[in-house]
Amino acid sequence: MMFCGTEDPFGQLGTAVLAVLPLSFLCTGRAWGAEKPLARHANLSLSFFSSSVSHSQITRLYSRFTSLDKGENGTLSREDFQRIPELAINPLGDRIINAFFPEGEDQVNFRGFMRTLAHFRPIEDNEKSKDQNGPEPLNSRSNKLHFAFRLYDLDKDDKISRDELLQVLRMMVGVNISDEQLGSIADRTIQEADQDGDSAISFAEFVKVLEKVDVEQKMSIRFLH
Amino acid sequence: MRTEAPRDVPCSQRLAQHLPLAGLEAIVPAQPRERLGGAGARLDVPPAGACSLLRWVTPDWVVFHLSRKVTSVVPESCLLILLGLGLGGIVLAVAKKAEYQLEPNMFFLFLLPPIVLDSGYFMPSRLFFDNIGAILTYAVVGTLWNSFATGTALWGLHRAGLMDPGVEAGLMDFLLFGSLISAVDPVAVLAVFEEVHVNETLFIIVFGESLLNDAVTVVLYKVFNSFVELGPAHIHATDYVKGVASFFLVSLGGTAVGLLFAFLLALITRFTKRVRIIEPLFVFLLAYVAYLAAEMVSLSAILAVTFCGICCKKYVEANISQKSRTTVKYTMKTLASSSETIIFMFLGISAVDTSKWTWDTALVLGTLFFILLFRAVGVVLQTYVLNRFRLIPLDRIDQVVMSYGGLRGAVAFALVILLDREKVKAKDYFVATTIVVVFFTVIVQGLTIKPLVTWLKVKRSDHHKPTLNEELHEHAFDHILAAVEDIVGHHGYHYWRDKWEQFDKKYLSQLLMRKSAYRLRDEIWDVYYKLNIRDAISFVDQGGHVLSAAKLALPSMPSRTSMSESSVTNLLRESGSGACLDLQVIDTVRSRRDKEDAAMHHVLRGSLYKPRRRYKASYSRHFISPDKQERQDKEIFRQNMKRRLETFKSTKHNVCSSKSKARLKEKGRKKASPPQAPVLFLALRFAPVLVMVSSEEEESDSSETEKEDDEGIVFVARATDEVLQGKTTPGSLDVCPSPCIIPPSPTLAEKELPWKGDQADLAVYVSSETTKIVPVDMQKAWNQSISSLESIASPPGIESGPQHRRFACPVLEEQPQSASQAMPEQSSCFQFPSHVSKSGRSQSDSSPDGPEQQELQPLMATEEQGRMPPTAEPRWLMFNRASHL
Repeated sequence: MMFCGTEDPFGQLGTAVLAVLPLSFLCTGRAWGAEKPLARHANLSLSFFSSSVSHSQITRLYSRFTSLDKGENGTLSREDFQRIPELAINPLGDRIINAFFPEGEDQVNFRGFMRTLAHFRPIEDNEKSKDQNGPEPLNSRSNKLHFAFRLYDLDKDDKISRDELLQVLRMMVGVNISDEQLGSIADRTIQEADQDGDSAISFAEFVKVLEKVDVEQKMSIRFLH
Repeated sequence: MRTEAPRDVPCSQRLAQHLPLAGLEAIVPAQPRERLGGAGARLDVPPAGACSLLRWVTPDWVVFHLSRKVTSVVPESCLLILLGLGLGGIVLAVAKKAEYQLEPNMFFLFLLPPIVLDSGYFMPSRLFFDNIGAILTYAVVGTLWNSFATGTALWGLHRAGLMDPGVEAGLMDFLLFGSLISAVDPVAVLAVFEEVHVNETLFIIVFGESLLNDAVTVVLYKVFNSFVELGPAHIHATDYVKGVASFFLVSLGGTAVGLLFAFLLALITRFTKRVRIIEPLFVFLLAYVAYLAAEMVSLSAILAVTFCGICCKKYVEANISQKSRTTVKYTMKTLASSSETIIFMFLGISAVDTSKWTWDTALVLGTLFFILLFRAVGVVLQTYVLNRFRLIPLDRIDQVVMSYGGLRGAVAFALVILLDREKVKAKDYFVATTIVVVFFTVIVQGLTIKPLVTWLKVKRSDHHKPTLNEELHEHAFDHILAAVEDIVGHHGYHYWRDKWEQFDKKYLSQLLMRKSAYRLRDEIWDVYYKLNIRDAISFVDQGGHVLSAAKLALPSMPSRTSMSESSVTNLLRESGSGACLDLQVIDTVRSRRDKEDAAMHHVLRGSLYKPRRRYKASYSRHFISPDKQERQDKEIFRQNMKRRLETFKSTKHNVCSSKSKARLKEKGRKKASPPQAPVLFLALRFAPVLVMVSSEEEESDSSETEKEDDEGIVFVARATDEVLQGKTTPGSLDVCPSPCIIPPSPTLAEKELPWKGDQADLAVYVSSETTKIVPVDMQKAWNQSISSLESIASPPGIESGPQHRRFACPVLEEQPQSASQAMPEQSSCFQFPSHVSKSGRSQSDSSPDGPEQQELQPLMATEEQGRMPPTAEPRWLMFNRASHL
């Protein structure tokens, strides 16, 4: 299964071998349509999604939103997210769910939902040029990084402390690694990134240490075009 | 010959290695009967050719080694072809008859498999599967397009009457020719692109395409060949259907065969722990069997061996021992580059044989023009479609490089030679055209692609070593994207990748990996581990300069601009000990006393090699018995030989490289040292780096742990400890074994100790703890990193060798004085402010380690045991920043 390449979004053009899966997904966006009217959110300004986001995609995301919304009250709760089976086995699942909720709230509306997702939109060429003026788009490199940074930074002090790093590490590595080993990894990680010697990783240091990583690509999902 | 020889020279290292081989291969399989029965005069022709070649090559090598300009401009493949032409010319002139052809059988059975296996096995699989959509498109659609377009266009040219009337060929013949000439050749692409260093995505697409399009080429070739043989009149519609069906059968079948053998291979290596010695053999054997099996049932053999390589690697690497891994790596690389060399040489040699080809200008020029044109058109059209689906579109410059990088090579040549002259009347014309096309693409395009890439400012690959942060955060990114895809409900690439990884973790890895390997596998840990080793190596590497240059930065650490006094790290940095990798360890341990303990201990240990006694003569082909005495002897022998080799190497190396001037100096110093000292110092040098076997591994089945027979050095680390143990206060003992969690703060004593600024005592960093957290024995990684170092360092002379000595020297000088000062500082150097509570647990953890360690390091174990207080836990040394005391 791994090798036939059908799971690859890039492979979705019908090559002779690959003609099987691809089109189904491409069609879904249109085929689903909006089962529920967007009227309730008609006044939403989704400006953070740039104009390149087509209506059909918003509709598609909205229908996903409503299908997740078991309470049918126009907002998603944590439980709604936790019902997604794959998230239960994602090591960072809970952190990511939390990222959808603004500080202190436990409901998120469609706008908030989209706002979070907007981080993962690929950066397009025409957007790069207009970056200078106006607010930075949510899908900019630094916002993408900040999204990731916040997953680590539980206490929101704009620093990843050793403990915070350890927690994430513990989530991401298997049980095979002992606490001591993890501890030394965490120490090393911090030491590597730490520039001001406070034994914690600030956002600036976080950006610095990832400057060679193609974040634009690695934190983007093509679907959210 | 004379004119060409100088040009070849820069690649002559390879040439010199492979030439004899090339000569052999040429003589033996090609025409053995003729040779045996032939006149004696003919027999000495090839050796003479090879000898004269070598004669030119060797002195020139020395001269041209200094200027690397030629190879930086001219790809090796071009030089080899030219060399082959020259050699072929000589042979032709002397023997009046062209000899040594590139036989298709030899090519497909012996020369091609190693190259393909090598590229499959070392394929960056993540990158490959990330781009598999694009790769498959170019490989399948692109090749089909090229074949048909080229074939039809040439046929049109023929119909238009532009070609020589001697070219008797119909549409089918031209399509056949188009199919063999249109395939991009993996060997040629690899040879050129490896030197160009374009960015990874571009490379993987072009290279992946060239690997995978083989299936298409071979199928098309076979189909058209059978069509030609049938004759156009007898082809029915069902034959076309069969042709299409056979394409799927051949490619998917070949892939399936590859996967099957990859699975078998992984499974077999899981159970080879008692026959380590034949592990590499299994790897090569099964991959080759996969190739033969696929070839036998007419499936795509290249696909089979490619996928076998790609898929088995993860499990095989985890299963086999470090030594086997190194063996596999080097053997594979050597075989592949030998084959490559032979292939290109033979291309040159074969081209000289005028009896085999007939020239037709229109056909040659037409083919050249069409393959370039259609390749470009095909790439642009496909990229246009692909870019609609790609996250990162391929831009115009990428497309130019891809179009231009469509090199043809030996596969096309072998296929055209395979044609049957009876059936394909125009074979001679096709052969000539193929030769020209291959030469043109390899030489002209190969020569110009590098300037082109520079001129177009194609994104180059920037090789930087992975940092722990990158590894960690990229992992996090993957998880994040998978989660977001789940939330959006879009099952995209990350979703499937996630699924696959879970499947792999749950079933495949469990099935195919040894328990110990499986347990110890974690990518983040791997990176951490490698980083530590790398630091250790770079530290050792820089060790020679410590005395002179105080400010050495760690490679993996960003340079610090702002320093706060409170940080231990910075404090250390200020004190000029930047060369040490484990800052925190040094912080507490870089005391003279420790160093002296270690030094004294080493003196002791050095003399404690057991006296020679007769060991029983046992011999087994497949088992290396870990006899204690034998190991000791081996170890001593090895160290001695290593030393000699180093001396030899560095002497030799100094001649040709200016880099190693510093080493020369040291060598001089070394000569002054007492003869038995180096053994000791070698051991000393290893002390900080070499470590332990972690509790993790110890817990696991002891028989699983690999017994490396050259781990004699390991005992040093342990022994040093032991001495420390004996002399330090109980309080310090308590603290040592815990890798502490709390960031350290320098104690007053540390700040004020007089030897803070003393750089010389960098020599021995006996960090007394932490080491137990490293799960695999360091020896393994040490070797690994050494080998990676070797691969980085271009001159083969630079290996781990010279480094050893470098480090040895400072130690040597330190020793005498340090011994005398040992005792007084003892108490002051271990100030362990905190962590007593934490140490409790690790203490209990580590206590069972004793026996296991002993088993692994039997060399000195018995004495150690005797001297060790029963209650004291073993303490381990290592370079580890994590350990602050």
